[in-house]
Amino acid sequence: MSTSGAALLEIEDLVTEFGGGKAFLGKPQRIVRAVDGVSVQLKPGQALGLVGESGCGKTTIAKTALGLVREKSGTMRLDGRVVSGLAPKDARKARATIQYVHQDPGAALDPWWSIGHALDEALRIHGVSDKGERTTRIDEMLHAVGLDPSFRTRYPHELSGGQQRRVGLARILVLQPRIVILDEPTSGLDLSVQATVLGVIDELRRRLGLTYLFVSHDLSVVERMCEEVAIMYLGRIVETGPTKQIFAKPQHPYTRALLAAAPRLEPGSLNDTPALPGDPPSPTNLVSGCTFRPRCAFAAPKCAEARPPLLSVGEKHRAACVRLDEIGAPTPA
Amino acid sequence: MMLEKPASVLEIRDLSVSVGTDEGEARILDNVGLSLMPGSIHGIVGESGCGKSTLIRSILGILPKRGRATHGSIMLGERNLLSLPADALQKDVRGRAIGFIPQDPFQALNPVFRVGTQLLENVRTPGDSKATREAKRAHVISLLKAVQLPDAEHALDRYPHQFSGGQRQRLLIAAALAAAPGIILADEPTTALDVTTQLQILKLLRGLAIERDLSMLFVTHDFGVVAQLCDTVTVMYAGQTVESGPVAQVLKAPFHPYTQMLLACHPERAEELAGIPGAVPSPLRPPTGCRFSPRCPHARAECTAGQPPRVAPQPGHAVRCVLHLDEAAA
Ligand SMILES: Nc1ncnc2c1ncn2[C@@H]1O[C@H](COP(=O)(O)OP(=O)(O)OP(=O)(O)O)[C@@H](O)[C@H]1O
Ligand SMILES: Nc1ncnc2c1ncn2[C@@H]1O[C@H](COP(=O)(O)OP(=O)(O)OP(=O)(O)O)[C@@H](O)[C@H]1O
Ligand code: SF4
Ligand code: SF4
Ligand SMILES: [Mg+2]
Ligand SMILES: [Mg+2]
Repeated sequence: MSTSGAALLEIEDLVTEFGGGKAFLGKPQRIVRAVDGVSVQLKPGQALGLVGESGCGKTTIAKTALGLVREKSGTMRLDGRVVSGLAPKDARKARATIQYVHQDPGAALDPWWSIGHALDEALRIHGVSDKGERTTRIDEMLHAVGLDPSFRTRYPHELSGGQQRRVGLARILVLQPRIVILDEPTSGLDLSVQATVLGVIDELRRRLGLTYLFVSHDLSVVERMCEEVAIMYLGRIVETGPTKQIFAKPQHPYTRALLAAAPRLEPGSLNDTPALPGDPPSPTNLVSGCTFRPRCAFAAPKCAEARPPLLSVGEKHRAACVRLDEIGAPTPA
Repeated sequence: MMLEKPASVLEIRDLSVSVGTDEGEARILDNVGLSLMPGSIHGIVGESGCGKSTLIRSILGILPKRGRATHGSIMLGERNLLSLPADALQKDVRGRAIGFIPQDPFQALNPVFRVGTQLLENVRTPGDSKATREAKRAHVISLLKAVQLPDAEHALDRYPHQFSGGQRQRLLIAAALAAAPGIILADEPTTALDVTTQLQILKLLRGLAIERDLSMLFVTHDFGVVAQLCDTVTVMYAGQTVESGPVAQVLKAPFHPYTQMLLACHPERAEELAGIPGAVPSPLRPPTGCRFSPRCPHARAECTAGQPPRVAPQPGHAVRCVLHLDEAAA
């Protein structure tokens, strides 16, 4: 499958903030800059992994891309057409080919609705008024995610976690999206169910030419599913490029710590792996310069001067650290 | 040569637990066995719904509604927890001899009360049960320091949302340590955390185990976490314990077909992405004998005749599968 050529989705310098308005009793809320100048490109048929500490802004990027949360600044192009700077309603409409698979599939399904009813409703809201067409599409999609048509009459609580995730996928796929944002699609699943779900995701991509933004904490899953990856820390992308290259030679100190912390099937690695010290600082109260500075083993005075820009460190591989020349080759992860 | 086997701190033998449902009796634990050795961290893995949480809850004496242990024993030293009266369980065991760390640090704390209000209410101090509030407070603060919570002195005055996920998990670990228990049960305590935070918590648990001479049962889905943290591991399938042994051996050369097939699904190992064919059986109508038999490529007639006996082809590495009947270590 070709992933070259023009970008399907282009996000440039995206900033999304929360708060800032007056709270109920007049005290102004503090501003959280959840996404702070992020640029990503998705080429048709590509799977881009998005990885980073809890709270670094992954879900916010997804919600902004969908148009559920309004960007403060930045440009978004879909198929070359600008879809940013619109009123919320128009934004969602312009971005209807982007769909989102929720982090918690059980919570996303209404317990009182049978699977068939939920899928039918999704199509109806989406403007498919012909009952016959809705039925055909639902059968096709249940089949595509490997569920028997008899699942139409089942209720969410009668499904296993893996089956709920398949239904979550089917519900998005009936809408015929081109870009699917998968938010932690395998968290909490055992290895067997996880492999089944990943297999379905992979096959749909090949068969329907879907493009994925794949959010996950599980690095072995990202390594397996995504040819490119973006590593985030506190609202910014700190390293991005081909997954193989970044996993083999992580450059940014945060990426190095992240890859070193990832559990592998090698017993007894705990003592040899240094843990990242401290906690991520609150995004309402950021330090100057590189925001990773308070936890970075390589921090130096010049790191405090300005936010380090993403600079090229190899073929399609970029990292945002001002000391890369001085801190030497990465220790093997 | 007969070596004297060191005594375990917690010994579960042939434990069966059933729950009554509208459709009949479901045996959700079936002849489960497990030994927790002093000072060791023992992992429990298995697919969703295989009974991991039920096993942990059985040890704490909190079975599901309409649930009961029909068979077996849970020995804590000389005492069988299954025959202990409820008030003795509450007074001596739960939160005292045995501490518990729950799964979700985002749900385990009530958002409307200060952390101090919640911790001090439930916390048991070692020994003296009538400790003053001040003494309790000092004790809890010392624990918060032990779990390396920043600004421990002021933590009790803050609300849960003012802590990160990793910090909330530290609070819950501190609460579990409060009565200086010898055993900690942890039910997926890091599932909601990212890997760098998870590593901090695993290192903390490892350090506490050594420092305080704790033994730990650690439930997880993640074989990578088992590899990082645990000394030994038990693999469960559909309410049965199918394999147990030292982590390095189980990961490298698993005996049971289920363990083998599960590990082969790991993204690091899988050739193609596909799960184990077939589905987990309903606990209402489980297959007789080995519950994995409907999905096992090696299944034969004797597999369904009865549950295969537990044999140890290598010392300390045991399996319940007819393929290994002749391999018991001398
Ligand atoms: N509606 C909101 N109002 C205020 N702050 C918010 C809101 N939603 C998210 N945030 C804050 O924005 C930041 C980014 O949150 P986000 O949910 O995007 O993180 P994430 O990377 O998806 O984390 P996780 O891995 O835990 O899902 C966090 O600091 C979060 O507390
Ligand atoms: N009150 C109950 N009534 C009927 N069945 C129950 C009840 N409680 C648990 N079960 C069943 O017992 C089995 C074991 O559940 P348990 O919660 O112990 O699984 P688990 O291994 O902890 O799963 P997970 O990994 O999803 O947390 C499941 O099949 C579950 O559906
Ligand atoms: S810029 Fe400085 S503080 Fe930031 S990651 Fe690089 S070395 Fe560390
Ligand atoms: S006992 Fe039989 S069915 Fe069960 S795992 Fe062994 S070979 Fe397979
Ligand atoms: Mg998120
Ligand atoms: Mg559980």
